Amino acid sequence: MLMKPLCHSLCIIISLLSLHAQTVSGDDILMRVDRAMNSKTRIITSTMVIHGRRDSRTVESVSHQRGTNDAFTEYLAPAREKGTKMLKLNDMLWTYSPSADRTILISQHMLRQSVMGSDLSYEDMMEDPHLPNLYSAVVSSEDTVKERACWVLDLSAKKDDIAYYSRRVWIDKVRYIILREHLFAKSGKLLKTVDITDMINVQNRWTIKSALYKDVFKEGKGTEFYINSIRFDEVIPDHIFTKASLRR
Amino acid sequence: MLMMKLAYRNIIGAGMRTWLNVAALSFAFVTIIFLKGVYNGMNDQVERATIDALYGGGQFWHERYDPYDPQSFVDAHGIIPEVLRPLIKQKAAVPILMRQGTIYPGGRFRNILLKGIDPQQKILAIPVSTLTDRDGTIPAMIGTRMAKHTGLHTNDCITVQWRTSHGTFDAREVMIVNIFKTTVQEIDNDQIWIPIDIMQKITELPDQATMIIINKESKIIPAAPGWNFKDLNFLLQDLHSLVEMKSMGGSIFYTILLLLAMLAIFDTQVLSIWHRRKEMGTLMALGMTRAQLVGLFTLEGSFHGILAALVGALYGIPLLSYVARNGWGLPQSTDNFGFALGDRIFPSYSLGLIIGTTILVLVITAIVSFLPTKKIASLKPTDALKGKMT
Repeated sequence: MLMKPLCHSLCIIISLLSLHAQTVSGDDILMRVDRAMNSKTRIITSTMVIHGRRDSRTVESVSHQRGTNDAFTEYLAPAREKGTKMLKLNDMLWTYSPSADRTILISQHMLRQSVMGSDLSYEDMMEDPHLPNLYSAVVSSEDTVKERACWVLDLSAKKDDIAYYSRRVWIDKVRYIILREHLFAKSGKLLKTVDITDMINVQNRWTIKSALYKDVFKEGKGTEFYINSIRFDEVIPDHIFTKASLRR
Repeated sequence: MLMMKLAYRNIIGAGMRTWLNVAALSFAFVTIIFLKGVYNGMNDQVERATIDALYGGGQFWHERYDPYDPQSFVDAHGIIPEVLRPLIKQKAAVPILMRQGTIYPGGRFRNILLKGIDPQQKILAIPVSTLTDRDGTIPAMIGTRMAKHTGLHTNDCITVQWRTSHGTFDAREVMIVNIFKTTVQEIDNDQIWIPIDIMQKITELPDQATMIIINKESKIIPAAPGWNFKDLNFLLQDLHSLVEMKSMGGSIFYTILLLLAMLAIFDTQVLSIWHRRKEMGTLMALGMTRAQLVGLFTLEGSFHGILAALVGALYGIPLLSYVARNGWGLPQSTDNFGFALGDRIFPSYSLGLIIGTTILVLVITAIVSFLPTKKIASLKPTDALKGKMT
């Protein structure tokens, strides 16, 4: 007898929740994603497995990130790339190659090239991660990715000078993390896909543990990205984000 | 006249020795003319093909355009200048818009240059009239080299990715409506040609171009601010330097050949003077002066050159004419040299080349024939009659 009203109440709560979910705007969801994903600083040790036509390469790196504008990355492996460093300050990117002992400012045109032969371009890495600044979003549907309920958001560019004119993102309804992303050309052709394959809870926040980036036109399995360790809001000395640190 | 007759009889009388010298010298003659003809032909052929297919009567480049820096193509575009519009309308100029793009033939990444051109143009010898719309897809044209490297065939569709003027990615299918054959690699390698109106639309560069090519008949070149006019002297500079360099390399070969022939003549003259001491003494005793004697021997040596020219003409004219008519087949690998040569070289022999080479060889032969005769200048007739050299 007691179960019936309880079920009834639960049904009402679920209906209300789903009603809330349906009425929440795409832009609001995007703002929440932005809050969930960004931090003051981040120190990430990662592994990138780049699958080519014939073989695969593994690149390890450690990256210090301050806000969304500054990042300093040092490559740790393979031996050929070891010691290569990259410094991003706002929209400028420098790279240091130990074999040449030279620091080079990567020109705007070169930013469109692939990073270490991966499916990611320098520009992809340098893009403003604050999606609400770049796109307006509408909730197009709901879906399940990796057994997690998601909103499917269609993003369209707010400005003309954005690399990907539109995107479709699958956002975890609870963790507010992007679980899948499709990047489109202006004509609507699908260009790249990003699939989050694993997540991890670090310092009481959910973040990506591994992902697969794929240029849909390229043959191959794409580029796998693994986060080996991640620390949020640690103090990073200012000198890390200077050109002098590239030669150290 | 007597000297001429005497000199002619003497060298004909020398028999095999003379004919061997003449054969060697005639070979040098024919080879020099052939090689020079090949370089001239190569220059003419490449120049003609490049002008027809790429340079026209000269090009207006957008001020940011640098053909040696593909990265510059992103910014190298501007509104077609007003002063050039009448020329374009009269079909005396054709605008070309360039943009870097990417294709993925067989899943492989490949950078390409997307070029927009007016399908109605008649200035360049490119079969762009085939660029007609097919079922709403973008019609595209590629060269045979590009087709070979990418494995594309006529009526194949391929996705081309590029950036709009604002930097936004765009990608569309293009249909290969024509695969053209050209000797000019600069319009073939890693290039896709599409109609300029479509190109301007999809790249969001309305009414813009990277370069404007004028036709060969245009005499007046208007000044267009922000655009630099490059005439044929400038555009063909690299080609001329390259041919000159190759010609220099060839000249080493025929210098060696000429030296060998001259060595043979010099040797013949030295031996002749040594063997004919008594004859020289007799001629002097009969009243011939030393200068006349020097003249006689020099003339004898020079006759080698004249005979070589005649013998060379005998087998050289049919041989060189045949090669000039049918061309000289080139191996497949020559296509990678960066020259718009095609399958065959057609040598070009000008009258100036033939006369110039003949005079050069005759003068050198005369000098080489004269040098050993200096000994005669100090020759005493009495010693010569005894067979001694003074």
